[in-house]
Amino acid sequence: MEEEWDEDGPEVVKRFMYVNRKAPYGTVYALEMLEKVLIAAAFEQDVHVVFMDDGVYQLKKGQETKGVNMKNFSPTFRALEGYDVEKLYAEKESLEARGLTVDDLVVPVEVLTSEELKALMSKQEVILTA
Amino acid sequence: MLLHTVNKSPFERNTLESCLRVCEDGAGILLIEDGVYGALDNTAVADLIKKRMGNIKFYVLGPDIDARGLANQTMIEGIESVDFGGFVDLVEKHSATQSWL
Amino acid sequence: MAYEINGESIEHDEEGYLSDINQWTPELAGLLAKDEGIEMTDEHWEVINFLREYYEEYQIAPAIRVLVKALKKKFGPEKGSNKYLYELFPYGPAKQACKVGGLPKPTGCI
Repeated sequence: MEEEWDEDGPEVVKRFMYVNRKAPYGTVYALEMLEKVLIAAAFEQDVHVVFMDDGVYQLKKGQETKGVNMKNFSPTFRALEGYDVEKLYAEKESLEARGLTVDDLVVPVEVLTSEELKALMSKQEVILTA
Repeated sequence: MLLHTVNKSPFERNTLESCLRVCEDGAGILLIEDGVYGALDNTAVADLIKKRMGNIKFYVLGPDIDARGLANQTMIEGIESVDFGGFVDLVEKHSATQSWL
Repeated sequence: MAYEINGESIEHDEEGYLSDINQWTPELAGLLAKDEGIEMTDEHWEVINFLREYYEEYQIAPAIRVLVKALKKKFGPEKGSNKYLYELFPYGPAKQACKVGGLPKPTGCI
C-alpha cells in the first residue's frame, strides 16, 4: 500500500473477523494470521480478532523462545492497540478446557461463550480462520 | 523398548491418543513442539496421560515448554523435563524411535 | 547481497533490509542513510532511535499511521505528523527510516 493515508479515513469499512485456532509455534498459521490482522489494520477496517481452541495459547504470558531459536511474536499482540485493533475476544470454553484465565494472557480480551461468539460471528462481512 | 515422540497438540489432533493406544508398558513418550500442551495438568485432556502414568515413562522437551510460556504452569506429576541433550540420550537408550507426526 | 563496512560483510535482502537486525550499528546506519541520499541529523536519529525502541518492545516495525501517532504522543504534534516525517525521509518514512535503522520493512507496506 501507499505510505500516505487519507486523513478522512478509508472509503470502505467492513467488519473483518480473524479467528485464531492454532497454537503459536508448531505451525506458521498463527504468525501469518497476525500479519494479516496488521495489514487489515493498516487499511483501517473494523477488525475483530478471536482466539479459540489452541489459538488461546498464542496469548499465553511468559513465552521465551531463545531455546528453540524462533521469534517470540507474543509482544506484537500488545502493539495491536496502537493499530486501533481493540476488539479482541477469547472463547470461554477454550480457556476453561486449558485451565487458563484472562490473567494468563498478554493482552486484555473480552471473554465470550460459544453462544455469544456465534452471534458476533454471524454479523461479520469477511471472516478468515486459521 | 520404543521411544515415541509426539509433536501435535492433544486438543487439536488425536495423535497422542493413538500413540497411547499402541504404546506398550515400559516404553517412553517424549512430548515435543505442540505436543507439550499434553503435559499440562488441570486441562480437559490431562487424563489421557494420567491414566497411563506409572506404566509408561513420560518426558517433555523443556525448550518447547519455555517457548510457549508454560514454564510456570502445573505439569502432570511424574513427567520429566529434558533438554536437547536429554532428547539425544533418550533416543540412544531406547531400541528405536517412533516419531508420530 | 551484503553491505561492506570496516572489512565486514553485512547481509541484506533484495530491497536492502538487513537479514539480521542484530548486526546493525550506528555506523552502518550512516552508510545506509547515504545510500538513501539522507544526511543524518539529530532529528533523523530521534526517529531511528524511536523506531528501534518500538521494535524492541513489540517485535515489529510500525505502520506509518501508527508511527505518527506514537511520535505525536512522545514528542508532540509538530514531530508527530506525516509532513515532518516526509521531510526527514522523503521516500517514505516508515520504509526509509526502518531500513536505515536496520529493522524489517513494516507489515502493511507493499
